[in-house]
Amino acid sequence: MTDMATRPGDEAELAVTIRDAAASGTPLFIRGGGTRTVAAPIPDNARHVSLAGLSGIRIYDPGALTLVAAAGTPMHEIDALLASENQSLPFEPMDHRAILGTNGAPTIGGAVATNASGPRRVAAGACRDHLLGVRFVDGSGQIIRSGGRVMKNVTGLDLGKLLCGAGGTLGVLTEVALKVLPAPRLGTTLSYPDRDRSAAVTLFCDALRTPFEISGAAWRDGTAHLRIEGSDTQVAYRRERLLARFGAAEVIEGAAHADLWRGFRDVTHFAGPGDLWRIVARPTDAPAICAALRDRLGAATSLDWGGGLIWAAGPDLAPSAVQNCLTGAKGHARRLRPPAGAAPVAETTAPRVAAVSRALKDRFDPAHILNPRLAAM
Amino acid sequence: MSSIAMPLPDAGLLAAKDRIVRALTEALPPETVIFDPAETRAYECDALTAYRCPPLAVVLPRSTEEVATAMRLCHAAGVKVVPRGAGTSLAGGALPTADSVIIGVARLNRILETDFDNRFVRVETGVTNLSVTGAIVADGFFYAPDPSSQLACTIAGNIANNSGGAHCLRYGVTANNLLGVRMVMADGEIVELGGPYLEPEGLDLLGLVCGSEGQLGIVTEATLRILPSPEGARPVLIGFDNAEVAGECVARIIRSGVLPVAIEYMDRICIEAVEAFTHAGYPMCEALLIVEVEGAEAEIAEQLATVEQIARGLDPVEFRLSRGAEEAALIWKGRKSAFGAMGQINDYMCLDGTVPVSALPATLRRIGELSKAHGLDVANVFHAGDGNMHPLILYDANTPGDQDRAEVLGAEILRVCVEAGGCLTGEHGVGIEKRELMHEQFAAADLEIQMQVKDVFDPGWLLNPAKVFPLDASAPRRDPKAGERA
Repeated sequence: MTDMATRPGDEAELAVTIRDAAASGTPLFIRGGGTRTVAAPIPDNARHVSLAGLSGIRIYDPGALTLVAAAGTPMHEIDALLASENQSLPFEPMDHRAILGTNGAPTIGGAVATNASGPRRVAAGACRDHLLGVRFVDGSGQIIRSGGRVMKNVTGLDLGKLLCGAGGTLGVLTEVALKVLPAPRLGTTLSYPDRDRSAAVTLFCDALRTPFEISGAAWRDGTAHLRIEGSDTQVAYRRERLLARFGAAEVIEGAAHADLWRGFRDVTHFAGPGDLWRIVARPTDAPAICAALRDRLGAATSLDWGGGLIWAAGPDLAPSAVQNCLTGAKGHARRLRPPAGAAPVAETTAPRVAAVSRALKDRFDPAHILNPRLAAM
Repeated sequence: MSSIAMPLPDAGLLAAKDRIVRALTEALPPETVIFDPAETRAYECDALTAYRCPPLAVVLPRSTEEVATAMRLCHAAGVKVVPRGAGTSLAGGALPTADSVIIGVARLNRILETDFDNRFVRVETGVTNLSVTGAIVADGFFYAPDPSSQLACTIAGNIANNSGGAHCLRYGVTANNLLGVRMVMADGEIVELGGPYLEPEGLDLLGLVCGSEGQLGIVTEATLRILPSPEGARPVLIGFDNAEVAGECVARIIRSGVLPVAIEYMDRICIEAVEAFTHAGYPMCEALLIVEVEGAEAEIAEQLATVEQIARGLDPVEFRLSRGAEEAALIWKGRKSAFGAMGQINDYMCLDGTVPVSALPATLRRIGELSKAHGLDVANVFHAGDGNMHPLILYDANTPGDQDRAEVLGAEILRVCVEAGGCLTGEHGVGIEKRELMHEQFAAADLEIQMQVKDVFDPGWLLNPAKVFPLDASAPRRDPKAGERA
């Protein structure tokens, strides 16, 4: 494989690149900022395609809460522009650099392709929930548009949701339209030490059914954290009510508060090499899943999304063994960072669902050239 | 004569009615299959009542397995299936053809599971939208999407149309509140997508199914995300003597950082009709906004202070705070009865094109010009916060040609919405009504890949055919031999 990435200057050039690759059966590895890919050997005939040439914010309409950006636009550009209007991406997209040990600048296309959603997912929804529309080039080199830039839209099938989280295996995103929201003016954390996973999940379930708009509920190293956000009035009120309801807590504010939640977002506590699994489950199933992972596999775990997201790290967590830890629970597991020499593993799906997914892949990418390693997950 | 074409029915299937009905009745419990023409007539249309056609038969199963049996038999016999919830579609999404079997979910109306710890309910999809909230409100929860037909419309129909409602600026639409489905595929196999957790496994087929207007399968069970009820909510009413200033007010409120749960808009024609009908005490003006915020007392006061400051800066003819539940109800009363009030004075065609909020003033101006040019009044009442317009074209169904003229004007208005960066339909669906306009929104390649997705789920194109996709585009797939008639 040549190390030189092909760098199309616009969508039309990308379409030509893909059309040519489809004709010659050349596997293409799509890179935004290259921060969300697992380092692994790549076939000799493969090529990298960089989306760095497809960059720039196309529309930002703060009064309509919408942003349209080329897929290769770096996240920091988007964050800075939104911050100038006191707005933000509500789904708090994860930065994968810490856990994958990658460099470079994360892009918005990469965030959408991985449906990257942080702690606020529990309150505000995932990346896919804020995706209003996409443009992409499919595996035949056709330029396709789906959705638009309005918040309500049932005009045709929503292909954006299908591509969101598909890891570039169905098409290469060239432009995304997203719903943004006012950024919280203030945030505070209430920390409850000396809670095991079970006690933490109980606290999360109780807190998340209050009307106080908990925007983060995460646990690690024996401490359960609740995040409250909003205006000064809202934060003060909610803090008081939550403290009255759930007892004294350590209150974390300012930079420490921001760092704490950035850490949960990026899972910095499980940085470095080794096996890392991401398990999405029914929150009340989380304590049992974590106990099984620890007792059987010696895995370290942390919780986010009020217990609905489990991160499990260990030297080598075999897929079948991890799967067994989910027996009886509602949820699914994905190996995000394989140990050296092993491959990423996608969550398992029922046979018919898998067959439909394969058939969709055949339609969107008939030559199977787009991100083949991910497609085989 | 109605102007939207439907394909000619398959004469072979019409002739085979007895055989098809026998197969269904033999396989399903008594009183599940309706085939007497006197009874099937009740299913000849949805809320787009100008278009009617009784189906071959109607199947009303009581379980997912019975839906699967009916689907399997129809699939084997090559019979088209039209899924139906409550039949409240405004776009003809549930309109049968003479050679089709309706599979309705009306009897699938049980709430299967409520889980307040994990914050979801699992329901059969024939339950009405309002009854979902009804089942959990005493425990301090609600289900967020609230389409105005919520008393009647089913969750199945909400999923098919990705329904929103008045509060989606804050809470999103059905897709954002749907965690999982149990769905019967076109060949009768039952699949589950997603579940009681925050992310579906594998490709997001759940997101694809939501809003697919019955093209991909029949959803029989849904796992819905539920939310804790807010401590309180309060609307304010703001009147302006200029539509553009009202539009500016909407944009400034959103930009201020306040996120109201609803921003509703009514124009003068609508205000007059509503006042005659309900005496809600609305000011006579060009544009009226209802802005509702939620929270505890102090939180509401803070947000409303910001809204008031913005509104006062734009010189409103009226700014009315509601001081108690009664005054709040009165503010909402007029808005909630708007469609009924309009129906009292006229027949109307309700569109639901959506435009970027910043394009609202220009779009309203353009609609006004088109209304004059076509000689038909248009009333505007809509969700301004998310740009989902509901222009009501007023016409007289008894005047020959009036409906056709209304349809022509409707198409013109939807083209304006698309040109403004918006879309043909925000929540009503394409159905048959906007099917041919899909060419305005999408290029051939865009439509082709959508149809390829349908190929994967429904290779025989038996599920709700002749909807969503323009007839000419879908013809080779639906039936290479089929002719079309006006």
